[in-house]
Amino acid sequence: MGYSGFRVIKEGLFGQKGWKPVWRDPAPKAAYDAVIIGGGGHGLSTAFYLAKEHGMTNIAVLEKGYIGGGNVGRNTTIVRANYFLPGNSEFYSHSLKMWETLEQELNYNVMHSQRGLINLFHSDSQRDAFARRGNAMINQGDDAILLDQDGVREYLPYLDFDNVRFPIYGGLYHPRGGTARHDAVAWGYARGADLRGVDIIQNCEVTGIDIEGGVVKGVQTTRGAIRAKKVGIVVAGRSSQVAAMAGMRLPIESHVLQAFVTEGLKPVIDHVVSFGMGHFYISQSDKGGLVFGGDIDFYASYAARGNLPMKEHVMDAAMTLMPMIGKAKVLRSWGGIMDMTPDGSPIIDKTPTEGLFIDCGWCYGGFKAVPGSGFSFAHLMATGQHHAPAAKFRLDRFRTGAGLMDEEGTGSQHNLH
Amino acid sequence: MRITCPNCGERDRREFYYQGDAVALSRPAPDAGLEAWDDYLHNRENPAGDTRDLWFHEAGCGAWVVVTRNTATHAVLDTALAERSPR
Repeated sequence: MGYSGFRVIKEGLFGQKGWKPVWRDPAPKAAYDAVIIGGGGHGLSTAFYLAKEHGMTNIAVLEKGYIGGGNVGRNTTIVRANYFLPGNSEFYSHSLKMWETLEQELNYNVMHSQRGLINLFHSDSQRDAFARRGNAMINQGDDAILLDQDGVREYLPYLDFDNVRFPIYGGLYHPRGGTARHDAVAWGYARGADLRGVDIIQNCEVTGIDIEGGVVKGVQTTRGAIRAKKVGIVVAGRSSQVAAMAGMRLPIESHVLQAFVTEGLKPVIDHVVSFGMGHFYISQSDKGGLVFGGDIDFYASYAARGNLPMKEHVMDAAMTLMPMIGKAKVLRSWGGIMDMTPDGSPIIDKTPTEGLFIDCGWCYGGFKAVPGSGFSFAHLMATGQHHAPAAKFRLDRFRTGAGLMDEEGTGSQHNLH
Repeated sequence: MRITCPNCGERDRREFYYQGDAVALSRPAPDAGLEAWDDYLHNRENPAGDTRDLWFHEAGCGAWVVVTRNTATHAVLDTALAERSPR
């Protein structure tokens, strides 16, 4: 089904009755060339690029819930490429370039809005660190502008610049950063994959992985056994459980990350803004809700909801940075299950089992990686070769200590990210 | 979430620092080899259910507490002093 301005007007005139479901609801076949476990953003984009770039159309995505029900529908929708370390830097740069042509690629409006991202700093030393980060971004070919206080004031006049405890010294401006409509990303990839023949099978939980002589043969599911020559695990917070079906223990702890949204307001926050002296970041959705979040709760959790101390911290930070927010009413809060690695960076790699691949460890930053992760993981699954921008996301970097990517510089240990 | 410190009684979660899985009590020998140290430092069972982890009563008595907890419900099932817990 094609989309066009003409179609939107026509459907508007006839009560929106002409729209049909945009992907099929097929029963699982007995065998596929490849099976992707996990129908989140990363799993769907992997399937899309396997079909589009590598001609693998006899494949299936197995989702235990429904499309858009996991982290791809729970994140704060921020898209950016402001990473510092080799490995992360080239990967997120590649992913952002893919975002910039994603709507044409999918013929689907993912509402990608490059409204600019401003990370604020509040001290001289933080300015130095941000200047260095900005230079790294420019060296990578991306964009970064160091703003002084007056520069920030021009964009964000509503901030409490002269806060006694945390005065705002300036900000690192990343004009190509922004947001996208997260559900539309999942739907767009699902539709694109389906159009190319990929079976997207919902309500299908994988309960076992069949391995014979060190080679993957298929999976057991709640909808029967499925044979597959290749299997990709892309299940975010559930990575440890699915990897255990293949006898693996992963360097992952699952933690809860909370997010919040206010009632719909008239346009007031035009950018993505982050506080530099506490964990708080905010943007305004197209519906008008202020979407904001903070850090993980810092204890292992699968509850998909958090506790009050982190809520309090986030609200404190919001009030410190932009006191006007105190008039907005919080509508909802929720949590997602984050697959945290010791160094805070992801894994796209082969496993010790032949034909079994894993894409996990996106911590609290997986949404912006959806196009790049799917592209690189599809490349690895189809060719057996690591895709250059993701070549450093190796599983064995923890065992060897070589190639760790600790972006926050806090140490490569589970309770520090 | 409230945690019962064996010394101080039931306290706010904010008084505690989270260390992670109680595997930290089972430190391998220095020459145990790469795999044993990788398992100790990085690899985790990461259960969706009951788990044993270590919390430090930072803003209280300073004890290390082994907390048995359900990661899916946040229910705290049992707490014990780490110094008296099986390694």
